[in-house]
Amino acid sequence: MNKINVQLITGLFVMLGIAAFTYQAVTIGGASIREVPGYTLTARFDSISGLRKGGIIEAAGVRVGTISSIKFDPDNYKAIVNLRINEGVPLQQDAIASVRTQGIIGEKYIKLSAGGFPDLLTDGMEIHETESAVSLEELVSKYIFDGGTKK
Amino acid sequence: MSSLAKNIESLGAFCLTALEQTGRTFNMLLQVIWELLHPPYRFYPIVRQMYFIGARSLTLIIVSGITIGMVLGLQFYNILQRFGSVELLGAGVALGVIRELGPVMTALMVVGRAGSSITAELGIMRITEQVDALECMAISPDKFLIAPKVIAGLLSVPLLTMVFDFVALFGGYFVGVKMFGVAEGSYWNGMIDAVEWQDVRLGLEKSIVFGVLVTLICCSRGFYMHLTKAGSQGAEGVSSATTDAVVLSSIAVLFSDFLIGALA
Repeated sequence: MNKINVQLITGLFVMLGIAAFTYQAVTIGGASIREVPGYTLTARFDSISGLRKGGIIEAAGVRVGTISSIKFDPDNYKAIVNLRINEGVPLQQDAIASVRTQGIIGEKYIKLSAGGFPDLLTDGMEIHETESAVSLEELVSKYIFDGGTKK
Repeated sequence: MSSLAKNIESLGAFCLTALEQTGRTFNMLLQVIWELLHPPYRFYPIVRQMYFIGARSLTLIIVSGITIGMVLGLQFYNILQRFGSVELLGAGVALGVIRELGPVMTALMVVGRAGSSITAELGIMRITEQVDALECMAISPDKFLIAPKVIAGLLSVPLLTMVFDFVALFGGYFVGVKMFGVAEGSYWNGMIDAVEWQDVRLGLEKSIVFGVLVTLICCSRGFYMHLTKAGSQGAEGVSSATTDAVVLSSIAVLFSDFLIGALA
């Protein structure tokens, strides 16, 4: 009786631990065993300063995908970003991808805006219309120094 | 002059003993691995040790997890409120617990609850010559006594850590959302956004290392008690060996926590 009890309780303990781990890994940690159905697009940016792999992609404020990888293109001196877009999110071929910031000091994300072109982007295609990250410091220094030269 | 020489001598003796004990501890790890690779494989002793190290620590872990989560919620709320970014509360609590506090606190709790009794048990077995009796009967004490404990530690501490983390997140939720009125969505979603798989993995790796380290140090302190000064002191020796084991394994946990954090 005692023996069965020990095994039962240990078994319950192990199950509890594994359940807690799975919850953390899958729900909070965002590890997925299978890939979310969707398609991958690429986009080239002049600057993506602050954007990270695994970052968020939003369209109209709704999360529609994640950034699957970021590479550097040595020929054109640009950043190549691979975007994993969820299934059921159609994007026109002239859709615009822009790097935006959440709040003033928040995290960088990619904002997708709809285009007007009838043809849709499919897996592996490139988004040509891109807007780079806006650097607050650059803007400030630009206004300060432009103001100086005009006077 | 002679007192200076004596001081230097005692420093040297201290270093040699420390080195010797470290060597014995890691030698024990090698022996456990060796015993694992060789039959007979016995499963039930591991289950029994997991019951003792893991399942019986569950209440303690759940209570301390809730408490730590609540304390973190309280402190982070106070700090974040000053910068007007209370919505980061979930992220702060989750990262703090999953990366750092969960593994460390769990390991320290296991040291206090299970580690001390492992040392005492093995120490008493040693001074009452039960270990010698096992050897006389050609039963490997490493296989019979040590290996199940170390394996159980290796498995139980990560599982306990996961339970601790899970519970602590709800402790933080209770304080942040229910007491201070942080938006529920921003608590959970901030958490989900901030915590990556790497963070969970780091916590897991830490807890595995801690599990082995703690059980190994406690086992070797008790098992090799006869080789230290405590071995000739009977019951008093057991108590000093237990104290040593708890102090050493706590320090080992904290120091290796820093090392793993710095390397990862």
